[in-house]
Amino acid sequence: MTTTIERSPAPVTSAGPSGPPPARTFRVARHSLALARRSLIKTLRTPEQLLDVTLQPVMFVVIFVYLLGGAISGSQTVYLEYLLPAIMVQSVMFASVATGFSLNTDVKKGVFDRFRSLPIARSAPLIGSVLGDLARFVVSIAVLLGFGYAIGFRIGTNPLTALAGCLLVIFFASAITWIFVLLGVIMREPGAVQGTAFLVLFPLTFGTNMMVPTDTLPGWLQAWVKINPVSDVMDAARALITGGPVGDTVTKSILWSIGIIVVFAPLAVRFYRRRV
Amino acid sequence: MSLAFQAEGLVKRFGKTTALAGIDLAAEQGSVLGVLGPNGAGKTTAVRILATLLRPDSGRATVGGHDVVKDAGAVRRLIGLTGQYASVDEDLTGTQNLVLIGELLDLRRRDAKVRAAELLDWFDLTEAANRPAKTYSGGMRRRLDLAASLVGRPAVIYLDEPTTGLDPAKREDMWGVVRSLVGDGSTVLLTTQYLDEADALADEISVIDHGKVIAHGTPAQLKQIAGGQTILVRPTDPARLAEVSGILAAVAQREPESPGRGVLTVPIDDDRAFPTVVRRIEEAGIGVMELSLRLPSLDEVFFTLTGKPATAEVAA
Ligand SMILES: Nc1ncnc2c1ncn2[C@@H]1O[C@H](COP(=O)(O)OP(=O)(O)O)[C@@H](O)[C@H]1O
Ligand SMILES: [Mg+2]
Repeated sequence: MTTTIERSPAPVTSAGPSGPPPARTFRVARHSLALARRSLIKTLRTPEQLLDVTLQPVMFVVIFVYLLGGAISGSQTVYLEYLLPAIMVQSVMFASVATGFSLNTDVKKGVFDRFRSLPIARSAPLIGSVLGDLARFVVSIAVLLGFGYAIGFRIGTNPLTALAGCLLVIFFASAITWIFVLLGVIMREPGAVQGTAFLVLFPLTFGTNMMVPTDTLPGWLQAWVKINPVSDVMDAARALITGGPVGDTVTKSILWSIGIIVVFAPLAVRFYRRRV
Repeated sequence: MSLAFQAEGLVKRFGKTTALAGIDLAAEQGSVLGVLGPNGAGKTTAVRILATLLRPDSGRATVGGHDVVKDAGAVRRLIGLTGQYASVDEDLTGTQNLVLIGELLDLRRRDAKVRAAELLDWFDLTEAANRPAKTYSGGMRRRLDLAASLVGRPAVIYLDEPTTGLDPAKREDMWGVVRSLVGDGSTVLLTTQYLDEADALADEISVIDHGKVIAHGTPAQLKQIAGGQTILVRPTDPARLAEVSGILAAVAQREPESPGRGVLTVPIDDDRAFPTVVRRIEEAGIGVMELSLRLPSLDEVFFTLTGKPATAEVAA
């Protein structure tokens, strides 16, 4: 019973999963990029999907700035400077839910059956989805900055530092995405992914110094806001984009992002492998 | 003789449902194995285990000598799967779908494009190549799905009910595809609910019910078990039924039955009986509305094999 079947004109050229580590990493990267292109094509083909990552944050800005700005800061422009970088963080976090949602839909529809029957790493479809959806973050941030500019927001540092701020926000959001990838892989229904995601996101994004400085909050809330890493990311974004003391916020944001990826990415891959 | 794949004693439960209750399947290289069974018999579950998408609770399966659980990677390099429900990506065009698979199979992008064009041409999808798959008809989606499973020229191809829901002409096309795949040396596992399809394509047939193989053999052997073929006659003039009945009885050496008004059927053991019946009816000058030689339906096969109709739910 040592049958060997050969693929006829065989296209298998690389070392395969049992090959030496560099070749393997390279293959995973290549497959992930091919799958990221797939996600990107899907986003471009259904641009209405981008409405929630563009219109919603713009609406938040309008509501908060014009409704509360005067009362909170005495000046709408001053408040806009405080609020907009934080809304950027919030909007990309909301945008990251879609990755888990569409992953869940794909698994349910059987699109992933095809990927799972191919000789590719189990992580590749997940990494591909996360990478492909980075485009949504870029669009969201660009629209928000553009709109902000139109109503008087100005970068207070320099373009390079501000760009670094945006990249930091995107990096953090891609880490958060892994949480929703995990949900997308575990849950049975796309709707459940969305529902659970918002339960997670509301305390994470609103329970911060996004709208008002921490020291104006009641004690119990201050305690939460201080341990909530999203506050650090919002502070880091403010410092890098509008200026002000950076402190340890950037370091903390990066460490938190890495920590979230290290915990949630392997978990997601493990559950994806088991979901049969 | 070497086996392309082999499953032994596969058991799979979903909660309280036993989808597979110890099933054995095997096919020689370059042959077609037909897996025939009603809805819920366990066909899809068996295919998914052989395609490394599901783990069996017990039993084992190998493809090309590689274990589907322990050596899933090696198995995936040999197989192509066309599931029961098309798994193409609806937002991608036909070309994009196939190029993606090619890239995931480590083809260079240029080669992946060539292969995609080749397959789209073969499956008559060239005109629709640059349209998103969501604009495709059901039949086109199926064809694209099948094309996607063939990008890597797999040695073993699983087709899970590839013709269910297709109209007769499309069905014939699909049969042609299966024959040409086998002509190229691939081994095919084909599940179906139709005996005539298994008869037309398979070298061997495993009939399954409730997750068990209840009969296995060549199509000829199975047809023999199931009472072979049946002649059906519907004379234009119902008044001549008695005459037809006499002819059928004389040729078949059996009393004909009347499954409906104005229709007579009789099972035959010998293929040559049909031309004889045709000739005698013609000689007697009896006009017919319908005169056919047909294989037993799955229901009839099941009835003969199990004494029960082929509905999983009834017997469960
Ligand atoms: N994922 C699943 N969860 C629960 N039950 C399932 C699942 N997949 C299949 N079954 C059950 O297992 C049995 C066999 O199903 P299946 O293999 O799909 O049969 P077939 O393909 O022959 O119609 C059926 O009773 C079906 O309801
Ligand atoms: Mg099925």
